[in-house]
Amino acid sequence: MELPLISDEQVEILLSDLLEHYGYDFTGYSRASLKRRVIRLYSLDKIPGFAEFRYKIINDNVYFKRFVEQITVNVTEMFRDPAFFKTLRDVVLPRLGTYPFIRIWLAGCSTGEEAYSIAILLKELNLLHKSLIYATDLNPSVLEKAGQGMFQLSYMKQYSENYILSGGKNDFSSYYTAKYSLAKFNDDLRGKMIFSTHNLVSDHSFNEFQLILCRNVLIYFDRDLQHKVLELFDDSLEDLGYLALGTKETIDFSRISRKYKRLQSEKIWRKTN
Amino acid sequence: MENCEALIIGGSAGSLDVLLRVLPAIRPDIKFPVIIVIHRKHGADSLLPELLSGRTRMEVKEAEEKEEIVPGTVYVAPSDYHLLVELNRTFSLDYSEKVNYSRPAIDVTFQTAAEVYKKKLVCLLLSGSNSDGVNGLKTVKEWGGMAIIQNPETAQVAFMPQQAKQHVKIDQILNIEDMAEFINLLS
Repeated sequence: MELPLISDEQVEILLSDLLEHYGYDFTGYSRASLKRRVIRLYSLDKIPGFAEFRYKIINDNVYFKRFVEQITVNVTEMFRDPAFFKTLRDVVLPRLGTYPFIRIWLAGCSTGEEAYSIAILLKELNLLHKSLIYATDLNPSVLEKAGQGMFQLSYMKQYSENYILSGGKNDFSSYYTAKYSLAKFNDDLRGKMIFSTHNLVSDHSFNEFQLILCRNVLIYFDRDLQHKVLELFDDSLEDLGYLALGTKETIDFSRISRKYKRLQSEKIWRKTN
Repeated sequence: MENCEALIIGGSAGSLDVLLRVLPAIRPDIKFPVIIVIHRKHGADSLLPELLSGRTRMEVKEAEEKEEIVPGTVYVAPSDYHLLVELNRTFSLDYSEKVNYSRPAIDVTFQTAAEVYKKKLVCLLLSGSNSDGVNGLKTVKEWGGMAIIQNPETAQVAFMPQQAKQHVKIDQILNIEDMAEFINLLS
């Protein structure tokens, strides 16, 4: 057995290459996870040496895209943490329903499973017609997949269970059509989504929202970057709007926390005015 | 080993009983943290730390992201996240793909901790029905740490420690009744 294929110093070299050549800044990412993924890709692609790896990333635009896609985590599912979606359904969205128009930002949406989950909730609350879901991610390729609204049919059993646990009363399969091994979600859901690239590290606020969801993204950032991104969310959220994070994430350490009040037991905070 | 800086215990099927027996006999003034990575069903989150804290005078808590790892504390990996150790001795959580059909995966915690604590790391692999932890123990050995397993003959499910025994140069094979004493002598 041999020691790791990529050293800590080499990870830093790759990060400065990405910043210098592409303007992608990963220096605020937690290193243990990032390094694990870099090594995983390096072995997966059977790269002969670090110099080749570096050369490929800098000079091969297609490989660079693959690199970014592979070192970021794109694992997601529909109605993950059903209790969270139940709170959205029972508390948050009905309150937003009193607005003439609902703007939702799903930051770090990956392949879109949560965007479709939220659209289903809005539809069932009869709010979809006056809502827009801005779903953003730094990877163009996952957004392309999200826009297609097609997910593995084999996951539907799990998603249907999650949906029911989140308070869903309909037949979950009425929201999609099976096509070979895929489930294609209905076009009316997709019609209220806007997919766009946005990098939380470097891009600015682009609108004001009543609900911002960013779940299991901040865990990959160091504290400084978490502070910065939470301030970006604060700048993008209307008074009395809601901020929703992943089950293991918090705003408690952050400067914005004094303006926010947490909702029940979920990781949802409301901005006070 | 002298000056152990972290003990990580990994286990799957049949490991909870072992923990419940061993934990009460570990001296609460040990000079290193105890990090526990146990496979379990997603959703039963707060139950395990609560269950374990009834068995020891040490503080038992679920590991949180960016949390500083403090000696004399028992940390439990949350369900459905991988638990990683950073160079600055804090935890990170990661929701990436399952490893060995598991999240948290024992391999991930063993491997990231191996590089951080190097020769001052002790990893103990308990009863279980898959081979999670085996690659992690290999990495621990590469960095000079110590690899310990539960004696497969005493394990409810022998497969996991048995796999480790076959594939890794194990430093010590322990029966359940000898584990606490071994751990107490590490600091």
